[in-house]
Amino acid sequence: MAIEKRARFASQWLPYALLAPQILVTIVFFFLPAGQAVYQSVHIQDAFGGNLQFVGLDNFSDLFRDPLYLASFRVTAIFSLAVAGLGLAISLVLAVFADRVIRGAGLYKTLLIWPYAVAPAIAGVVWMFMFNPTLGIVAYWLRQRGVDWNYLLNDGQALLLVIFAAVWKQVSYNFLFFLAGLQSIPKSLIEAAAIDGAGPVRRFATIVFPLLSPTTFFLLVVNIVYAFFDTFGIIDAATSGGPGQATEILVYKVFKDGFKALDLGGSAAQSVILMIIVITLTVLQFRYVERKVQY
Amino acid sequence: MSSGSNRSRSLGRLPLLARMLLLPRTWTRTREGMIENRPGLTILSHVVLMLGVAIIAFPVYLTFIASTHTVQEVLAAPMSLAPGGHLVENYLAALQHGAGESTAGVGRMMVNSLVSALVIAVGKIAISLLSAFAIVYFRFPLRGFFFWMIFLTLMLPVEVRILPTYKVVSDLGMLDTYAGLTVPLIASAKATFLFRQFFLTIPEELAEAARIDGAGPLRFLRDVVIPLSRTNIAALFVILFIYGWNQYLWPLLVTTQEDMYTTVIGIKRMTLGGDAAVEWHLVMATAVLAMLPPALVVILMQKWFVKGLVETEK
Repeated sequence: MAIEKRARFASQWLPYALLAPQILVTIVFFFLPAGQAVYQSVHIQDAFGGNLQFVGLDNFSDLFRDPLYLASFRVTAIFSLAVAGLGLAISLVLAVFADRVIRGAGLYKTLLIWPYAVAPAIAGVVWMFMFNPTLGIVAYWLRQRGVDWNYLLNDGQALLLVIFAAVWKQVSYNFLFFLAGLQSIPKSLIEAAAIDGAGPVRRFATIVFPLLSPTTFFLLVVNIVYAFFDTFGIIDAATSGGPGQATEILVYKVFKDGFKALDLGGSAAQSVILMIIVITLTVLQFRYVERKVQY
Repeated sequence: MSSGSNRSRSLGRLPLLARMLLLPRTWTRTREGMIENRPGLTILSHVVLMLGVAIIAFPVYLTFIASTHTVQEVLAAPMSLAPGGHLVENYLAALQHGAGESTAGVGRMMVNSLVSALVIAVGKIAISLLSAFAIVYFRFPLRGFFFWMIFLTLMLPVEVRILPTYKVVSDLGMLDTYAGLTVPLIASAKATFLFRQFFLTIPEELAEAARIDGAGPLRFLRDVVIPLSRTNIAALFVILFIYGWNQYLWPLLVTTQEDMYTTVIGIKRMTLGGDAAVEWHLVMATAVLAMLPPALVVILMQKWFVKGLVETEK
């Protein structure tokens, strides 16, 4: 809120009327439900769906004693780190080369950015089709090479499958931001280093990559948020959290416990934990924006 | 002479890519300065990029190919990688009757997706534009409070408040309606910030002049602010249309009747019921239909897409 306008209009009611639709939606569909989740997370409901009883933090301590919940935390950690790490590495390589080529650069860009438009659930279906043990063509190739591929039975393979699908969808986003970051590095710096005899690898390691670090940090946070919250469709369509709980990330577990198992208190406590995670990640993201403004 | 032939013989043992990297480096003098040419590295760049494009495109190519075969041809592992001859009949069947467990036609689902995506995109833009206008051009009690309230919605994605939000919508009788599919999603902190940021760059003299001419705030909004915001609105529209079209979790919760399914939901229902029962050729045709509108929007409106993506993340 640094810059303010001097010239303003005066009205007792108009600003409220202009804000009303947004605030109404915000209260009814965001704050009421979020408040409800916090309220339910410290209560339990008796078996007849009647009285709510205040139980303090019992729902939370139950969760952290539940091996299934801890397993879901572990799966989420592996999944999001793999998606962020792999996604950033692949798109950085593509962006570095796309930044180099002069002929065809625009065409490559167009051909690399469209997976952003594919819905996560569709990405899940498409990758599941490719790797399906009975009819998938990639599964067939893998078996020809002696790999015993069946993601319906093998935990690690199922996790790999959803990681691949999630990375595939996110590469275009990372690519665009890396390319923009690379293009904003002054060419004179690179030329000076080239004339001094630094080769392409050395120039990348000592000049380009350090100058790109704000973009990399920003993308790291965005990718972790993406892996946590925007991959529900991929998981539901490709593996439905299975086999067992092998691909059940936290968001999937909230949904399953709330809607299928109808465990209100436990699901609400999980929601509150997720809120704390989002708040942490959002604060991280905004600290990055502050730093960038100072440059 | 002999050292030259030694050199080329030792090069011959290196892999092709490594040999390309060793092509001689040259310099070109241009007005801006010296430009280094490394033809080897340029070839390598093209090889890597083409490989990247091929890997990125392969899943979608395979989807398209499967949508042109009969179900027997798809199930005959390995499926042929050349297009089959059943494109038209598969797409017509999917559009009219759907597939598998889902008997609603994809045509109906596409309409639902389109209506939801348009209402979400236009709704988000409209309410964010109005809120940002109020926050930038007026001083009033609780202004900061409202601003923070909108900001906090960033931290409450639907995934973290699934059950209670569902309950609110069901209490309001909004299940299986377009309102239920769209209204709970149309608050937008990011769009509000983007408009606020942009309004702060509009010269103050314009608002001053409008006031002196006796134009009220709504007239100023309509005749000056909205026309100036055209490119921002277009960029946001592209991003929000894709966001709306690709929704999954929310429509999954609030739709129970098949004629209210969106395409993305419908496709998941079609894959239920075991490997043998799934009509994969129709599922893949539906997948292509579900990808087409947002992909076209990205490709045809690429400039606005990139602008929207970069600016909403600031």
